[in-house]
Amino acid sequence: MYSEKVMDHFANPRNVGEIADASGVGEVGNAKCGDIMRIYLDVHDNIIKDVKFKTFGCGAAIATSSMVTEMVMGKTIDEALAISNAAVAEALDGLPPAKMHCSNLAADALHEAIKDYIQKKGK
Amino acid sequence: MRRVYFDHSATTPVDSEVAKVMMEYMTEKFGNPGSIHYFGREANKAVSEARANVAALLGANSNEIFFTSGGTESDNLALKGVAFANRKKGNHIITTAIEHHAVLHACQYLEKQGFDVTYLPVDENAMVRLEDVKNAITDKTILISVMFANNEVGTIQPIKEIGQLAKEKGIYFHTDAVQVVGNYPVDVNEYNIDLLSISGHKLYGPKGVGVLYVRKGVKVESLQQGGSQERKLRAGTENVPGIVGLGKAAEQARLQMAERIAHVQGLRDKLIKGIQERITDIKLNGHAEKRLPGNVNISFFYVEGESLLLNLDMKGIAASSGSACTSGSLDPSHVLLAMGMTHETAHGSLRLSLGSGNTQADVDYCLEVLPPIVEKLRSMSPLSATSKLAPSNPCNQCHHH
Repeated sequence: MYSEKVMDHFANPRNVGEIADASGVGEVGNAKCGDIMRIYLDVHDNIIKDVKFKTFGCGAAIATSSMVTEMVMGKTIDEALAISNAAVAEALDGLPPAKMHCSNLAADALHEAIKDYIQKKGK
Repeated sequence: MRRVYFDHSATTPVDSEVAKVMMEYMTEKFGNPGSIHYFGREANKAVSEARANVAALLGANSNEIFFTSGGTESDNLALKGVAFANRKKGNHIITTAIEHHAVLHACQYLEKQGFDVTYLPVDENAMVRLEDVKNAITDKTILISVMFANNEVGTIQPIKEIGQLAKEKGIYFHTDAVQVVGNYPVDVNEYNIDLLSISGHKLYGPKGVGVLYVRKGVKVESLQQGGSQERKLRAGTENVPGIVGLGKAAEQARLQMAERIAHVQGLRDKLIKGIQERITDIKLNGHAEKRLPGNVNISFFYVEGESLLLNLDMKGIAASSGSACTSGSLDPSHVLLAMGMTHETAHGSLRLSLGSGNTQADVDYCLEVLPPIVEKLRSMSPLSATSKLAPSNPCNQCHHH
């Protein structure tokens, strides 16, 4: 059973979409697993000005994606890097045990997007 | 909120007449069928009547009907009971990759006990090939077990032909007909069936009761020891209210079969056609014609099944999915994978199983609600007909699967 917060983020996901010319894009999961999460970042002066996501997956996958975008909006890159999958799950008042394993990858997608941003910036 | 129940393959509501007669056998007519006094005789008579009703539905004799606790026990009793009783004749069993876990896991258990099991593949419609059955038979084969119709995709197997083949070879033939009995005509003689499993709650009867049909002369070893109930095959005081309920449900199924099929099949075809007209990038899973009257199973590309289910539930529609997320395991349905489906497509499968209580209005409501749900999920999905994904995405948790 999902918490009310998970169902709220699932039913009304925040920040769905893509960002054209994103500062960084990160993707984790694969279709074989049944979960793919892609996060788009718009970063200015080390601050995440905008964040969007697209997710293929179960209720937990969509809710964690939505939650992580809320958690990083307006945060610095360092603050965003400190967010873990566990923190995302906690912010949603927890996930069913079976979902902690596979559908809780939103922070990983975020970190991939930040990695992509840092690489692009370095060039 | 409007509630539409489209999950009859999981369980059906108990018919009100069935519930009524069951209540009687819990409160007033509560006797033990083994007792010699009036109360016992009253219960005993009711169990005999129920047995006759189940027999009539299957074209069997009453003394070939054995009551159990449900489909799972019936499957276990058939597989293990036949295997243990016929060990001297051989140790080989033939079944299929798409059986219910009650059959598959019983077979795995038998493998540990020294039996050899052949798991036949199926084609893209989940159909077993008669040729494969024929080729799998050895001089050690003692049992063939092929489900009558699949619970997920509804494909009806060539039971008559497999039964005929088994008969010619002198091999026992068991079929798990849990999804079929009461919803589709079954005749054990016409189909050459030696053993057949039934579950009460799939035909508008109660949970906790089932039947194993065992053709006269077929050797089956009992799995539990105790009293001499069910002709010593299945010890334990009879579940009289459950048995009486199942008997009533069987009687109603026999009397209402034709209209039940016509009604449910009409709704099924309307629902399939309606979805095909309204939503693109979908695939009907299972056989187009040879399928259970109430089964709709469709994969919606680029979306995941649990998300579909949750969205439908928020609109009051109860359905089911072969997605890993709903199976409680990490892999999608073994049935869909055995049909050669990719993981992606299997994850996006939706089963809508219709029953006699459903109406045209239920189907119309589903057709109104489903397209915007699929559209919403697709708009959120990174997958599409033209999507390019990183070929080997880091999936640092999932690679442990």
